[in-house]
Amino acid sequence: MPGKVASMRDAVADLVRDGDTVAIEGFTHLIGFSAGHEIIRQRKRDLVLARMTPDLIYDQMIAGGVARKLIFSWLGNPGVGGLNAIRRRIEPASVGEGTALEIEEYSHFGMVSRYTAGAANLPFMPLRSYFETDLPKANPLIREIRSPYSDEVVYAVPPLNPDVTVIHAQRADANGDTQIWGLLGCQKEAAFAADRVIVVVEELVEESVIRADPNRTVIPGLIVDAVVVDPFGAHPSYVQGAYDRDNRFYLDWDPISRDEVKTQAWLRDWVYGLDGREAYVQKLGEERVASLRPGSAPSGPVDYGDYR
Amino acid sequence: MSEPGFSKSEMMIVAAARELAGQHVCFVGVGLPNIAVNLAKRTVAPDLELVYEAGVFGARPARLPLSIGDPTIVTGATAVVSMFELFAFYLQRGLIDVGFLGAAQIDRFGNLNSTVIGPYDAPKTRLPGSGGACEIAINARNVFVIMRQSSRSFVETIDFRTSPGNLGGAEQAERIRRAGGWRGRGPSVVVTDLGIWHFDETGEMRLDSLHPGATLDEVRATIAWVPKISPDLGITPAPSAEELRLVREELDPEGVYTT
Repeated sequence: MPGKVASMRDAVADLVRDGDTVAIEGFTHLIGFSAGHEIIRQRKRDLVLARMTPDLIYDQMIAGGVARKLIFSWLGNPGVGGLNAIRRRIEPASVGEGTALEIEEYSHFGMVSRYTAGAANLPFMPLRSYFETDLPKANPLIREIRSPYSDEVVYAVPPLNPDVTVIHAQRADANGDTQIWGLLGCQKEAAFAADRVIVVVEELVEESVIRADPNRTVIPGLIVDAVVVDPFGAHPSYVQGAYDRDNRFYLDWDPISRDEVKTQAWLRDWVYGLDGREAYVQKLGEERVASLRPGSAPSGPVDYGDYR
Repeated sequence: MSEPGFSKSEMMIVAAARELAGQHVCFVGVGLPNIAVNLAKRTVAPDLELVYEAGVFGARPARLPLSIGDPTIVTGATAVVSMFELFAFYLQRGLIDVGFLGAAQIDRFGNLNSTVIGPYDAPKTRLPGSGGACEIAINARNVFVIMRQSSRSFVETIDFRTSPGNLGGAEQAERIRRAGGWRGRGPSVVVTDLGIWHFDETGEMRLDSLHPGATLDEVRATIAWVPKISPDLGITPAPSAEELRLVREELDPEGVYTT
């Protein structure tokens, strides 16, 4: 299958440029760690990283020095604690003489609404949030707006149009038609909002597999520039039906990331020292990988009907 | 006083779960709320619909979710929706009865800070930020808060208002909620490791129940303002054997949140 299939190295080299606004989305589920690692490995610089929950992947990327700015709505290691490498670039006591990371902060609904406005080519999205909070003071891009139809006042957020969005998914065909099941996060909105889209999948399938179940297609090949086949590429996050979240790694990252020297050593061992996800999976070991495989819970098939 | 046979966290989880009796649709948060809500579903509120901000309505988690996006909340759920739908159609439309929030700081009117300690532009401690908290506080019909008491958390003035509570008092909050078309009526209960607080007619927290083993001295020592204490102050019934069994054997067998 030729089509848009590319290696991770080529996709990132061709489609991610220094200074770009990059969104690697996926809410807890389907986080594109393998793409993030390749961006670190290729030493991209001055990126504006957008993501609702920066998660460990942006902690690692920011530790790797790829970013100048972060756009987000919840900055934590889910269920564990803080994102320590990012905090070191924000809290003055640790930044010291170094360059602080620029931040632009929203709520979850605000970030989702930004992608939605970006995807729909709208100048803003209105929402009933932010009233009586300090968020609009912290971020002047969150603005009050009066309804053209009544006296009601709501808040507006501007569109977010990433230069590149990276989506991890269960499967796609060579044209980039992509199917996801499980949590959908805001992948569809982030992809439609972007100028360029990289889809990373667990499995490359024939077009006929996609066409047999069109309701499951989240992103059409129409907006996809590259399809990278990178099994286990979302580890230590998870892929519904394929592998579980590796909670041990989320716990282990806390002490590693508290120490800049340990953080850089981790990046050497697991990112710079490897040439891609296959080597990473090998280093992780069969036992660890096997321990993350879930049992089976297939959906019942539906009948779309034959209308020839 | 003899050993009570349960931890403060267990009492807090059980007390929060009981508050969910009679509620229907609940927006679940990570950590303690996660256990409390799952306990409520197994005890006082079997018909509770669990909503996770990651985009799940009617979750039936078979294990305690490790995060609010755990795959176990998807398998067997009623519906998986995009996050836009979740926030716009379920929360903003007003379908959520209870939203659970925690925070680093709370004031007497239930306003919450989960963003920064210190100034925003030069924080002493950078916290996670809003996530969905700010819109949950505005649009969930009732807000339940779960927090451990300490004078660093229960403060006179919060450093940053991430989620609005009763603002400067009930009257002002009422007026602003009506004018803004909020679906929420504000915070209704704060469950701590020492007791249960509701909000009085002025919109201020009032201690209505003290957990067994806790004292009013402890309560006053862990709060930065002079707290209102109900004249009819009750004692929270201790966790039952069944509640403790569910928490220890089914919901948090490794004691991550409860020890």
